[in-house]
Amino acid sequence: MVIAAIAIARIHDLFAVVMLTGIFSLLGAAAYVVMDAVDVAFTEAAVGAGASTVLMLGTLALTTSKERPAPAKNVISALIVVVFTGVVLIYGTLDMPIYGDPMAPIHHHVADHYLGKSSAEVGLPNVVTSVLASYRSYDTLGETFVIFTAAAGVLAILGQSRLPRRHHDQEDSEKGMVSSPEKSKGAST
Amino acid sequence: MEQFPGLIPYWVIMVLMMMGLYIVIAHGNLIKKIVGLNVFQVSVFLLYITMAKVEGGTAPILAEGIKLYSNPLPHVLILTAIVVGVATTALGLALVVRIHNAYGTIEDEEIDKLEDQT
Repeated sequence: MVIAAIAIARIHDLFAVVMLTGIFSLLGAAAYVVMDAVDVAFTEAAVGAGASTVLMLGTLALTTSKERPAPAKNVISALIVVVFTGVVLIYGTLDMPIYGDPMAPIHHHVADHYLGKSSAEVGLPNVVTSVLASYRSYDTLGETFVIFTAAAGVLAILGQSRLPRRHHDQEDSEKGMVSSPEKSKGAST
Repeated sequence: MEQFPGLIPYWVIMVLMMMGLYIVIAHGNLIKKIVGLNVFQVSVFLLYITMAKVEGGTAPILAEGIKLYSNPLPHVLILTAIVVGVATTALGLALVVRIHNAYGTIEDEEIDKLEDQT
C-alpha cells in the first residue's frame, strides 16, 4: 500500500493515478479481511475500489487527464508540514494499546454488550449488522441523509451548466448534463 | 518503548496518512487533491480497523464454539464512513467538473491567474 501511495504521489498521468487509487482501495480491503472486518472489506471493495474509480474516470472524461508537476516551493513547504504532523502523530501512538491487545479499553465499553446480548436482543448472527441496523440505526439514518444531500448537491452543481461561462461553449455544458444521472447513481450505492 | 513491535501497524498507517496529506498540499491539480483525500481517508479507516482487532479473535459473526471475536463497533462506524466518503468524493468531483466548465483548467495556479486577470 505504501508503494501504491508513493506511485500516486509521483505519477503525473491522471488516468494511471486513478487506477492506482483503485488498487490502493483493493489492498485496503485485503487488509480489512486480515484484520477480521469482512463487512468493511466488502463495502470497501465494492464502493471504494469500484464506484469511486468509476466516478473519477467519469470526471477524467469530462475534464483532462494530464497534470502539471507541482512547483518546488509547494513541495518543500508540504514536506515540512507533513513530516512535522507525522512525527506528532507517531508520538501520539506511543500511548496506544499494542496491536491485538484483548485488554485494550476499546474492547470493554459497549462491545462486550453487543457481542454477548445481540443474538438474544436482535436475533442476527452477524453482530456488525445488528449494531448497524438496530443499536446504531440513527447513525445509519443520518448516513442516508448525507448521501441524499450529496446526490442533491451533485445534481444542483452539474444541472446548472446553462449558466453563463467564460471559456467553454455549449458542447461542454451538454457533456455536463449527460454526466449528472450517472454521478447521482454512484452516490446512492 | 517496551511495546515497540506492537505499534508498527499504527506507524505504517501514519505514514500512509501523511502521504495522503502530502498529495493534498503539494499538488495543484484538483483531481489529484481528491485522490489524496481518498488515500488519507482509507488510512483513517485502516487505523480504526486496526484498533478493533483482537489477537486470536475472528470476525464478529456469532457461531458455535467460538469465544473470541474482534470488536464490531469500529467496523460499523467505518462501514458508515466509507459510504459517506464516496458521497463526498462524488460531490468534490462534481465541483471539479463545474470548475473545468467555468475556467477550462483544473490546475490551482492557472485558476488563480485567470481570477487575477478579471
